[in-house]
Amino acid sequence: MNKNDVLIKVNQLYKIFGNKSNEALELVKDGMSKDDLLERCNCVLGLNNINLDINKAKIQVVMGLSGSGKSTLIRHLNRLIEPTSGEILVNDQNILSLSQKELVQFRQNNMSMVFQKFALFPHKSVLQNVGYGLAIQNIPLNECNERAIKWISRVGLDGYETYYPGQLSGGMQQRVGLARALATDAEILLMDEAFSALDPLIRSEMQNILLDLQNELHKTIIFITHDLDEALKIGDRIAILRDGSMVQDSDPQKIIMNPADDYVSDFIKDINRARVIQAKSIMTPTKSKSSGATVKEDMVLEDILQIMSEAPSKPVTIENSKGNITGKIEMVNLIEGMKRPKSQGTNITG
Amino acid sequence: MEWFFNFPDMSRSDLREFKKTVDFAFTDFSRSYGAEIEGFFEPLLMFLVWFEKFFINTPWPLIIFGILVLAWIGSRSIPVVIGTFLSFMLIGYFGMWEDTMSTLAIILVATFLCISIGIPMGIAMARSNKIQALIVPVLDVMQTIPSFVYLIPVVMLLGIGKVPGLIAVCIYAIPPIVRLTNLGIRLVDKDVLEAADSFGANYWQKLFGVQMPLALPTIFAGVNQTIMMALAMVVIASMIGVKGLGLPVLRAISNQYLALGLMNGLAIVVLAIIFDRVTQKFGLRMQKYRNDSKD
Repeated sequence: MNKNDVLIKVNQLYKIFGNKSNEALELVKDGMSKDDLLERCNCVLGLNNINLDINKAKIQVVMGLSGSGKSTLIRHLNRLIEPTSGEILVNDQNILSLSQKELVQFRQNNMSMVFQKFALFPHKSVLQNVGYGLAIQNIPLNECNERAIKWISRVGLDGYETYYPGQLSGGMQQRVGLARALATDAEILLMDEAFSALDPLIRSEMQNILLDLQNELHKTIIFITHDLDEALKIGDRIAILRDGSMVQDSDPQKIIMNPADDYVSDFIKDINRARVIQAKSIMTPTKSKSSGATVKEDMVLEDILQIMSEAPSKPVTIENSKGNITGKIEMVNLIEGMKRPKSQGTNITG
Repeated sequence: MEWFFNFPDMSRSDLREFKKTVDFAFTDFSRSYGAEIEGFFEPLLMFLVWFEKFFINTPWPLIIFGILVLAWIGSRSIPVVIGTFLSFMLIGYFGMWEDTMSTLAIILVATFLCISIGIPMGIAMARSNKIQALIVPVLDVMQTIPSFVYLIPVVMLLGIGKVPGLIAVCIYAIPPIVRLTNLGIRLVDKDVLEAADSFGANYWQKLFGVQMPLALPTIFAGVNQTIMMALAMVVIASMIGVKGLGLPVLRAISNQYLALGLMNGLAIVVLAIIFDRVTQKFGLRMQKYRNDSKD
C-alpha cells in the first residue's frame, strides 16, 4: 500500500460517554472491559483504541452490530462527536485541532454526509434540499440551483425539483440525500447506514447508483452498514467493529477466507460463499497454463463451478486483468473454498 | 406548648413596619424615577394613541374592507370572511364601533409587543438550559399571579392610563408565545439539525434556515394564544383607564345593566373567535408540506 494513498488516518481514537470520561480513559487503557466500565464509572465505552487508515478514492466499509460504535466512529470524522482522546488526520491535518470556524469551513468543503433516516429538511423542496450545502456557503442562488439541478438529474429525480420530501418514497428521499451530499463536491462522503432503511430491491438499486457514481467521481467513501452482503458488494475494504473495538480491517476476500475471530466467523456464516469468493482467493499460484478453460481472477466460485462442471478433471487457468497467468484452480480447491473456515483466533489485518 | 397550637409568627408591629418599609421604598422609587420611566414609555404611548385614532378616524367601510382582506389573506376561507363581515356589521349596528376599534388597537399593539419581546426570549431559552431554568419560574409567576396584584405597582409607577394598561395586558399575554417558541425550537428533529451541522451550518444559519421555519406552526400557536389572552385582559385593563369594550362591561357590573354587559361581552367573544379562526387557518397553511406527505 502506497503511503500517499492514505487520505484519512485515525490514530488511537477513544470515546467514552459519561461524566468521568478522563478517569475512565485510564481504566480502559489498562484493559477494562465495556461492562466493567459501565458498572464502575457509569460510563459507556463508545470507541476503544481505533486505528484505521482510509485510502483515497476507495470505499471503506465499517461494519458491526447495533451498539458496536460504527455510527459513533463516522461522526468523529466530521466532529459531530468529539473524541475523548486520539487524533484524526485528514490530508495530514489533525482535524481535532481545528477552531470552530475552521471546522465549519472543513465541513462545508471537505466532507458531506448521508444519513440513515435521510434527515432531509421537510420544509424545503427537493431543489432547496440538494442546494443546501451550497446555499450556506453563500453561493449565489442561481448557481446553487444550477448545480443542484445537475445532481438531481444525476440521481434520476428529474422533474421532482419542486416536490417536498414528504411527498417522495423512501428510496427517492435517499436519492435526494445522496444528491445533497454530492452537490458540495466534497472529496469525502460519509454514509451512515444510508441504505438500511430501504427495502431490499430499492437498496440494491441504490447500491448500484452509488457504484456507478463512484466509478465516475472517485470519492473517498466511508460507508457504515450492518449488512454483510452490502459490505461485500460495495466495499474495497471492510473494517469490523465490536463493542467499540476494531476486530478486523482488511480486504473483503480476506475477511471471508480468514475471519479474525468467532465474532467475524459468526458474521460471515450465513453468506453465500459461492457468490462472493473470487478465484484469486483460492487459486494455487502458478505461471504455467493449465489444461482447462481460462478465467479472470475476480470471477466468483459459482461461475467457475459452471465451467468446471463440464470438464471436472481439468484445472482452470486464472489470469489477472492484464491477461497474465497467475494461478490455477482444481475441483478440490473449489470444495475447500466453499467450506466455512474455522476462526484463526488471531487478529488478522492486512 | 403554645408554639405548637399557634404559629410563632412575626409580631404585629414588626409586620406593620415591614409592610411600611416596602411601601415607602417603592413610593420613593416611583417618585424619584417615575418621570423617567414615563418618559421611557412615551414613544409607546404616542404610537398607541396614533394607532387608536387611526382606527377610529378611518371611515368604517374602509376598516371593514381592510379587515376582510386580512381575514382572507390569513384564512383563505369564504365562511370565515362572511362571518367576519356579519360580526363587524352587527357590532357597528349595536353602537359599539368606537369601543371595538379602541380594543382592536390595544390588542394589536400588545400582540406586536409580545411577539417582538417573546420570540427572542423563547429563542434564548431554547439555546441554553440555564436561561430556560431562569425564565420558566418567571413565566410561572406571570401566569398565576392574580392580575390585580401587579396592577398595583404598575399604577403606582405610571398612574392610570393606556400605557399601564398595555403593560398589564402584556404581562398577562406574553408567557404562551415565549413558552411555545422555546418548545417549538426544541422539538425540531435532532437528525435534521445534525444534517445541517454536517454541512457546516453555523448557529444563525441553523436558527433561521432550519429551526425557526420548522418551529413556525408551534410558534404560531403561541401567537394565537397570546392574542386570546390579551383579549381576556380587556376588562381588567379598563379598570386602570384603558378605553374600549371593557369599560362598558365594567359599568354594567357596577350598575347591573344586563344588556350592556352582554352586548359588549359578546363583542369581545366575537373578536376572539375571528382572531382565533384566522390565525389558526394561517398556522395550518404554513405546514402545508406536512399535509400531503405519503405516510
